[in-house]
Amino acid sequence: MSLLQQLRLGFRSLMLHKLRSALAVLGILIGVTAVIWLVAMGEGVSYQAQQRIKDLGATSIIIRSIKPSEESSRDVGSRFGISYGLLRDDYDRIVTNVPTISRAVPMREISREVRHREYAIDGQAIGCTPDYFGMNRLTIARGRAISEVDMKSYANVVVLAWEAARKLFPIEDPLGRAVQIGTEFYVVVGIAAERTAAAAIGGSLDARQYDRDVYIPLSTFRARIGDRVFTLRAGSTQLETVELTQITAVVEDMREVDATADIIRSLLERYHKTVDYAVVVPKELLEQAETMRAMFNVLLLLIAGISLLVGGIGIMNIMLATVTERTREIGIRRALGATKGEIVRQFLCETVVLAGTGGLLGVAVGFLCGPTINGVRWAVGAFLPEVWSALPPNIRNLEPRLAPWSIIAAFAISVGVGIIFGIYPARRAASMDPIEALRHE
Amino acid sequence: MNELRPAVDREIVASIVGVSKVYKLGGHTVRALDNVSIDFRQGDFVAIMGSSGSGKSTLLNLLGCLDRPDSGQYILAGRDVAAMDDETLSRIRGRYLGFIFQSYNLIQQLSVVENIEVPLSYQRPPLPGGRERCLKLAELVGLSGRLGHRPTELSGGQQQRVAIARALVNNPHVILADEPTGNLDTATSHEIMNLLDALNRAGRTIVMVTHENDIAERARKIVRLRDGRIDSVSEVRP
Repeated sequence: MSLLQQLRLGFRSLMLHKLRSALAVLGILIGVTAVIWLVAMGEGVSYQAQQRIKDLGATSIIIRSIKPSEESSRDVGSRFGISYGLLRDDYDRIVTNVPTISRAVPMREISREVRHREYAIDGQAIGCTPDYFGMNRLTIARGRAISEVDMKSYANVVVLAWEAARKLFPIEDPLGRAVQIGTEFYVVVGIAAERTAAAAIGGSLDARQYDRDVYIPLSTFRARIGDRVFTLRAGSTQLETVELTQITAVVEDMREVDATADIIRSLLERYHKTVDYAVVVPKELLEQAETMRAMFNVLLLLIAGISLLVGGIGIMNIMLATVTERTREIGIRRALGATKGEIVRQFLCETVVLAGTGGLLGVAVGFLCGPTINGVRWAVGAFLPEVWSALPPNIRNLEPRLAPWSIIAAFAISVGVGIIFGIYPARRAASMDPIEALRHE
Repeated sequence: MNELRPAVDREIVASIVGVSKVYKLGGHTVRALDNVSIDFRQGDFVAIMGSSGSGKSTLLNLLGCLDRPDSGQYILAGRDVAAMDDETLSRIRGRYLGFIFQSYNLIQQLSVVENIEVPLSYQRPPLPGGRERCLKLAELVGLSGRLGHRPTELSGGQQQRVAIARALVNNPHVILADEPTGNLDTATSHEIMNLLDALNRAGRTIVMVTHENDIAERARKIVRLRDGRIDSVSEVRP
């Protein structure tokens, strides 16, 4: 009998018990779909992280201010509140003492209400230098960026993020108009191009959304807003003094990143009593992210593997029932000249048809991963807005990426599972004594 | 004409020489066959009779290569089958033997013509003219109008006709029939026996197990077994 004939025969035998066969197929389908979907989501998450890290640049080192924990901050605390984080002196020290650094960009950031007439947003005021735009790959859609002249003249100018501009100026052209940040007014000179949010990476880098950003010159920030920030917290006010939120340093050569980061660490250590800063190296993060991705994939494959295993057991269960039911047929075929090998092949063909069908359908459902996630996202956004806004941006922005290898692997594994779990029932069928089998009722 | 030839001239197709078969049943041994020797010649139509436990089923299973003797020889088509391994036995069954069972033993999910075809799928090398042969045989047993039917859509007599066509499809040396009329009423039994008789007249060798005297008398020769030994051999007709 040719393989095609055998497959056809297997299909027909399976059609004798449609529901039972369909359930076995479903088991494999779920397993294959699980492999493809989970891998696609894992790939999507890691792709986000990698994009973020690549945006930061493999040659850059990010030094951030970190608010120390309550206990250690008592030492630095005074009756004027606490003061922590990077200092302008740190910036100077880094620039002058670390020769491998080709460029360093300081930045100060604070949450402020941004207002234009009756339109207001909870904005993120970012005091920056002209270099900041290039370093963060922020492009200007209209108008201009912050300039050296703005810096020197302490100009009250602002560049709005695309979303912020759209919300503050739904109708009018924002260029040349004034917006109020906190208590001061600033003239809009430019609008940054739209940019998707960046995902958080591990614990060292928060997710970054660019749509509420308003950029003003760092010098203006210092002069108008200052280092001191009052925050109202549960009835008490707190005063925080922070000079710089972040310094981004760039080295010439990627090989110098690690050494440079070490120099910066030891330099800061000398001037800071508490660790109120963090040195983040995107290159290391990239490596970490790679390891994370590998671990994540192994975990996902484990889960998916378990579901395929369960599917395989389902197939075995059904085939064992089939073999018992068709004992008579096996006896007849043996009497009419079928060898043990041919009986094994016949039943293996049936399991392969089952598993292969499940595999193919699973791949088909696997391709629906993207649309399904979009559908779920839309449904959650539309019907459960609170749940939606509580979700971390990683999840909200998750774009699953179908990995071709996972599709091939899932299908191959499903057929493999069919063969492995089909062997035992098939051998059991073949090892029956034909005389006994013929007598079976 | 075959049946007119004297028996001595006809070629021996299957030969059992000093065969014994012992079963162990709950502690004590049962001699199902005890040093039995018998020849089957081309064109024979032998009915094997005997009470239950006389060894007639064991003999038929041995003849059908479904079982091996404990001692003795079984020469089929010039080869000693007793020493063959399982796979070769399967091939021998598929090539040299045709089976007819009491309960027809058709495969339920296959149509009439597909059931007739089953032995062909196990031929190595394949026999030429597969499907046409099946159609011709279906016509021979009078079922050409029901080729696409399933066994459940046929009467007992019709199912047994399908089984007979299936037993012929590989052009076997010997047809083994195990109570071929056991599940049929008298009229249908006679139809089936007429068919077997016609096949025998056309030169087929048939060995049939039965316990019905009137059925056995349709054969040419009756072999009676008792306690695993041949009790008597009688010629019904030449």
